[in-house]
Amino acid sequence: MTVETKLTMTEQDVRSFSASHSEPEEFTNLRVQALAAAEALPLPKPDKTKIINWNFTDFPVHTVQSSTYASLDELPEQVKSIVDTDQKNLYIQHNNTPAYISLDKNLQQQGVILTDIQTAIREHGDLVAKYFMTEAVKAEEHKLTALHAALLNGGMFLYVPKNLAIKNPVQAIFVHDNEEASLFNHALIVADKGSEVTYVENYISTVPKAKGQANIVSEVFAEDNASVTYGAVDVLAEGFTTYVNRRGVAQRDARIEWALGMMNDSDTISDNTTFLIGDNSVGDTKTVVVGRGTQKQNFTTQVIHWGKNSDGQILKHGVMKDSASAIFNGIGKIEHGATKANAEQESRVLMLSPKARGDANPILLIDEDDVTAGHAASVGRVDPLQLYYLMSRGITKQEAERLVIHGFLAPVVNVLPIEGVKKQLTEVIERKVR
Amino acid sequence: MSTLVIKDLHVEIEGKQILKGVNITINTSEIHAIMGPNGTGKSTLASAIMGHPKYEVTQGTIELDGEDVLAMEVDERARAGLFLAMQYPSEISGVTNADFMRSAMNARREEGNEVSLMKFIRELDSKMETLAMDQDMAQRYLNEGFSGGEKKRNEILQMMMIKPTFAVLDEIDSGLDIDALKVVSDGINQMKGENFGCLIITHYQRLLNYITPDHVHVMMQGRVVKSGGPELAHKLEAEGYDWIKAELGIEDETVGQEA
Repeated sequence: MTVETKLTMTEQDVRSFSASHSEPEEFTNLRVQALAAAEALPLPKPDKTKIINWNFTDFPVHTVQSSTYASLDELPEQVKSIVDTDQKNLYIQHNNTPAYISLDKNLQQQGVILTDIQTAIREHGDLVAKYFMTEAVKAEEHKLTALHAALLNGGMFLYVPKNLAIKNPVQAIFVHDNEEASLFNHALIVADKGSEVTYVENYISTVPKAKGQANIVSEVFAEDNASVTYGAVDVLAEGFTTYVNRRGVAQRDARIEWALGMMNDSDTISDNTTFLIGDNSVGDTKTVVVGRGTQKQNFTTQVIHWGKNSDGQILKHGVMKDSASAIFNGIGKIEHGATKANAEQESRVLMLSPKARGDANPILLIDEDDVTAGHAASVGRVDPLQLYYLMSRGITKQEAERLVIHGFLAPVVNVLPIEGVKKQLTEVIERKVR
Repeated sequence: MSTLVIKDLHVEIEGKQILKGVNITINTSEIHAIMGPNGTGKSTLASAIMGHPKYEVTQGTIELDGEDVLAMEVDERARAGLFLAMQYPSEISGVTNADFMRSAMNARREEGNEVSLMKFIRELDSKMETLAMDQDMAQRYLNEGFSGGEKKRNEILQMMMIKPTFAVLDEIDSGLDIDALKVVSDGINQMKGENFGCLIITHYQRLLNYITPDHVHVMMQGRVVKSGGPELAHKLEAEGYDWIKAELGIEDETVGQEA
């Protein structure tokens, strides 16, 4: 493969990429406008982390061609182990190439759509036009969302029709095994009224280094009375500059639950926002993080309440070792009129080495009187009395620390609905904290 | 037979001297009770035996079958055969009671010779039944949200699963109602035998209605000031501690005071 370092993509590059995927004109225009806007737009400003010198724009190539998988037997071992044998609803992407897809026949007949994002843009234009970067994440927010819209080169689309509850989880796996590759990747999930779905995604690098960008956006829409459970395990390689923005919009009586295992080895900026638009909507966010080496990360979790009686829960647990540093911003925002809303959050950081740094930064922004809210935050080392207790039963110090750390990160591990992914996250934690 | 010998033990916490020369020898098959009013150093003795990080031994020795216990890390002491049922056990979120106990049992075994899951569950079930514990407590996080009584039972459950050579029970009876006291005593009595020795720390005689000690020691001012047989506990129950204080000329029995 030719390696050509392009500092920027031109409008012509974007147009020809769009044309090569037979995208409708509106989508080409969206890209072109976003590209033009990206020049002038500023970077996002994650609280307490300066990213002005981070490189979010350089990458060796925009897209790489990778092989498809004719069957699951062709998957690399690391990937195979996270697919349960009875996994029926599955999308696998190999770098930028849609590589494998399967969807239960019954679900297809009932109108469920599971497809790669390019196919969705071509074949489900109405749905894409309605939901893609319109409400949850907007292209013109800042430089990175604009670049995302302009340079989108992969992702998946899931639509669940009204009143359908999908019992088995839908899984998406984004395999990264080419150092040159960049992921401008988008997951778009629409759960129509009264529907239910559990979605689990993996970003997994099987190579130790990356040279490109990971600019990832997920948008989740839970329409009235719909329920979306969203699990993720991110294990992207060192060398990426990772920007990951996962947002959800919950309408009346809707529910969005996130369980995010953020295990990247790259510098990472994460935005996870849930808009509780409808009355009685629920947003529950659980995030666990392990930072190591010289990693710098920022995790901003927001729940924004518009709906009356809406309930927002944020739990974040981070483990920092070596010289890694991370900021954990938790924002509970209650807008005027969201009476009886409840915003709770808990952020805890465990430091495993003297050079590691972590900061829990809880923020409550409340513009309504009749609400309840609370927060808890702590930053510290493994409690010596916990270690003493475990060791007094004969458990070695090392094993005692391991137990405490796994317990600390259990809130996400335990709720992941796919056994293979649960095991993977446990193993990644094991590897990272060792 | 195994022997735990505590000689001239002096212990400080944050610069303050608590124990001022404790001498006790415990053999397996014996049950010793240490009694005494609050603030006389009983719990400090328990913590010092196990190696609590805040307690500093400044003088004296603890030997288990001639091995220097004070030179061992906390986990080594446990694997050498010591156990402490703690007064305030830690809560550890995310670690189930069952996983924790299996880790503790496997810590005593060679790699590849771990206790089988079936055998473990069977044993855990039967011990929990003895202690009248809900089966779901095995899957709850370690001590998290446990009531005071549940924590005590859970300490005894651990002792029964781990089967130490010497167990120190630090106020295992405090906060227990009479029914709970009976089941906890049943658990301790099940352990009795030639391979088990026990040091029970209490300031109530009532536990000793269910567990008969072979030796009773009274602590005051950071020392053992009187030792005797089970009759000593009965006398304390009937007459309190004042007669000992009078006999020894002690006015204030707490550790801050000198005899």
